[in-house]
Formats: sequence, C-alpha cells, structure tokens
Amino acid sequence: MIEVENLTKHYGPRRAINNLSFQIAQGEVVGFLGPNGAGKSTTLNILSCILPASSGTARIMGHDTFEHSLEIRKKIGYLPETPPLYQDMNVRDYLKFAAQVRGVSGKQITSAVERVIGKCSLADVSHRIIGRLSKGYQQRVGLAQAMVHDPDILILDEPTVGLDPIQIIEIRKLIQELAASHTIILSSHILPEITQICQRVIIINEGEIAAVDSLEGLTASLRKSERLSLTLRNSGDQVEEKLKSLQQVLSVLPEENNRFLLECELNSNLQDEIARLALDNKWGLVEIKPLSMTLEDIFLKLTIEEKDVTV
Amino acid sequence: MRNAWVIAKRDLGSFFNSPIFYVVTTVFLVIYSFIFFQILNFFSFQSLQAGQAQAMGMSLNLNEMVIEPSLQNMSVILLLIIPIITMRSFADEKKMKTFRLLLSSPIHLKEIILGKFLACMGVVTLMILISSYSVGFLFLLGEPEVGPIVTGYLGVILMAGCFVSAGIFASSLTDNQIIASVLTFGFSLFMWIIGWGAQAAGPVTGQILQYLSIVDHLDHFLKGLVETSDLVYYLSFMLFSLFLCHRVLDSNRWR
Repeated sequence: MIEVENLTKHYGPRRAINNLSFQIAQGEVVGFLGPNGAGKSTTLNILSCILPASSGTARIMGHDTFEHSLEIRKKIGYLPETPPLYQDMNVRDYLKFAAQVRGVSGKQITSAVERVIGKCSLADVSHRIIGRLSKGYQQRVGLAQAMVHDPDILILDEPTVGLDPIQIIEIRKLIQELAASHTIILSSHILPEITQICQRVIIINEGEIAAVDSLEGLTASLRKSERLSLTLRNSGDQVEEKLKSLQQVLSVLPEENNRFLLECELNSNLQDEIARLALDNKWGLVEIKPLSMTLEDIFLKLTIEEKDVTV
Repeated sequence: MRNAWVIAKRDLGSFFNSPIFYVVTTVFLVIYSFIFFQILNFFSFQSLQAGQAQAMGMSLNLNEMVIEPSLQNMSVILLLIIPIITMRSFADEKKMKTFRLLLSSPIHLKEIILGKFLACMGVVTLMILISSYSVGFLFLLGEPEVGPIVTGYLGVILMAGCFVSAGIFASSLTDNQIIASVLTFGFSLFMWIIGWGAQAAGPVTGQILQYLSIVDHLDHFLKGLVETSDLVYYLSFMLFSLFLCHRVLDSNRWR
C-alpha cells in the first residue's frame, strides 16, 4: 500500500532523512520510533504530500506522493505533531470545515461529522470553542479532523505528545480501535506506546533506518546472548577469572559494589553453577538475577550504540 | 472554486467572530464620516457664498466637490487599514500550524489563495458599502449624478483589491502578523507615491512611473471614466501579487 524507495530530504545543507526505504501493507499498524530530530516528522510530511522529497520516491496506493498528490490526499488523514486547530472555531464547525476541505461531498458532511464526533467521544464538547478545550480534547479533535473523510490511511505524528497519562490511554485506545479498519502510521519517541499499538516498528535514527521488524523479531534478533547480574558480599581477585572459566560464559564485566555483569549463551541456565562456585569460594552470594532486554535497550542499542553490541 | 469559497467562508466567519473586524470597521467609519461631513460643511458654506454671488453658482457640483474628495480620502484610510485586515491571512495559519490541514487536503494552492483573497475582499467591500450611507445622505439633500458615484466606488474597490492582494502576498512571506502588515503598508504606500518620481525622471521613465502609481488610476474612476488601461492596471496588479504569493507558498515546500 505504501512503498518508499531511497527517500532523501535536505533542508538547505542539512540532511533530514537519507535513503529511507520501506514498505507498509494494507491494514498494518506501523510505528516510527526515533529520538527527537531523527527525521520522523519529515518522513510523515512527505507521505502526507506536504513536502516534496529531495530525491527518491514515496508511493501510496500506486500513486506518487508528489506527482499525484491530490489523489493521495483524498485517501490519507494526517494529524501533525501540533494539531491544526483553528482556536476560535467550535468543534462542530471546525470538523465541518475539515470535512469540506478534505473533499467530503455536500450531502455526507453532516453524517461524517457526526460519525467522528461519536468515534472520538466529542459529543459533550461539540459546541465549545476549540481554544478553550483541554489538551486531551484538542488532540481528539485533531484525530477527528484526520479521519472525517474516512481515509484508508491515517498518518499520526506523535499523537500522544504532551498529554497526561489518562488522556494518553484514551488516545491509545482510540487508535487501537481505528487499527481494525485503517492502515495506520504513527510516530513516537515513547517506547511503550509503540509496543502497545503497533505490529511493526521502523526505528529511525539521524535520518536513516536503523531497523524494520516486528516487535518479536526485533527482540529475538538482538538477543544473541543472555545477561545475568551477580552481586557478591566479598570479592577476590579471582572472581572474574573463575567466572570466565565456566563454559558458556562469554564475558564478565565487573561493576561497582561487587556486582558483575555476565553475558552467557542463550538458554544456558548458569545460575546453579554460579551459585555453586560462589559457595565453594565463599564469595558470599547476595543475588543472581537474569536481565531481560527491554525494548528500551533495543532502542538505545540501535540508535545510540549500534556498533558496540556488547554492552 | 467550491474549495476557494469554503476557505473564504471560514475566514469570513473568523473575521466576524473576532473583535478585529468590529474595531477596524468602527475606526474606518468614524474617520471617514468625520472627513465626509467636513467636506459637506465646506460645500454648504461655499454654496451659501455662491448664492450671494450668482456667477459662482455654475461651478458648484455635489459629485466634484463632495463625493470625489470623500472617496479620495477614503482611499487613504483604506491604505492604512487594509494591512490590518490582510495580515492574518497566511501568517496566522502558519503560526498556529493550521496551514497543514489545508496543505494535506485535496485542494489546490490556488484555491487557498483565492479563498483568502475573497474573504479579505468581502470584509473590505462590506466596509466600503457601509460607508456609502454618506452618499445616500446626499440624495436627500440634492441630486448628485449616479454614474460617477458608481464608477467611483468601483475604482475604490478595485484599488482596495490591490492593497488586499499585496497584503495577502506579504502575509505569505512570514508567520509574523506585524511584519506582514508593515510590509503591506510600506509596499502599498510606495506604489501610491511612485508617481511623484515622474517629474524628476526622463519622459519615458516618467510615464512608466506615472502609470505604475496606484492612485493616478483612481482619478479616472472618480471622474466617471472607466478606461481599459486602468482596469488592466488594477487587475494585473492583483493577479501579479497573488501569483507571487503562490510562488512563495509553493517554494516554501521546497526549502
């Protein structure tokens, strides 16, 4: 449904994105993950036909986003990072205007507006001035604006930024509901959000794609080893060497307060042997704890320390 | 075209919802009315004198002595006031990030610009029409000629159209409304006084400067003359400004 090939965008001398290529199939919910300034918004702007790319192509449903942008714009709903709300209009009038400019035909405007008011739970505030609504409601109006013309694709740029936790949960729920019937691309620099909503993640860093995979795939591909944390009361010189002498231990990294980070082969279950070693040598075992790799680690690893995989 | 109207309608709604429109219209009407009644007062004083000296009576004319100077003064007030009306057009959309709604919608940039232009023209035309109560007043007192009044108002509206189009262009250059209004005022005033350079310049350049002057073309309309060259001047002024606006907004996307 969406095909992006070698997409590059320069702002003057600054390169915002470089050679991005990815595909998104119909019905997928894809998350763009990356630190601030990674090029997420730029990519989404190009997909929503607001910016032309410097080179490369982005095609949506077979149409080029630049050549046939009017065709595509009918089929996408876009929520920028700052929702494009006219502060002096009331919610219903605003959504009516959005429906008109987004190409909903005259007779269907009222029903389209009612539909999104219902979907985004805006009925209580539909006669209020947008500028006086809370940030959470404004964000919902922003979402409503993006889907008023019932687009096939929703492009949401940081839909939960600046909201309080309850509002975040509400917006997420709403997006999850929409996921059933739409292709959704959303960007975020918040990991849990992506893990909860998206089926696939595109991690983008400094304008380049660091990884494209499903969440399980990402976790699996990066878990080439298991990590254990070992804490001891006493410590001797030979702790490191004795630990290293165990088969399946790949590396030992001493840390502060007699704490050691062990990297072992997958599924090696070394806890027993390490415990025995500690007892035999009277190290004074305090704790052995497996460290799982969170998405947070994956994110950091991919975006910051990609080359240095042995953390 | 339908889209342009949708945008114009929203902008008009926004004008009528905000105090700016009411303040600007009030200021405009108060100043215009003051000037109008000063002129009328002077006229009645003159006609009183003319009544005593019969020979002067021939040159007294409501069109020439009241309506023409009133409209000339009105065009000066418009020069001062239109930048305030046009400054929001694009600057505000950009500042409030609402422009992205329009840019990601299936509408042409042309339609957006036309919509903005129509909205501002609607407001300005409304102001001018309200001020025409003064002419109605004259029909109670005397019998002014209708022709020059109609062409006079047409000329003022066309001239206002030039200011508006310049204002829309200025507004597309920046996201700061103050900068947009200062640019509009500066540019409009410059086009107003450009004819003054004609005397100092050579015959050919002088004629060109004279033709470029925005106010010289108004005189014909006020006298009741609708000349093609004046119409061409005003219409091409507007088209050119809106064209520049289109270029600016289009090129913004490439930077």
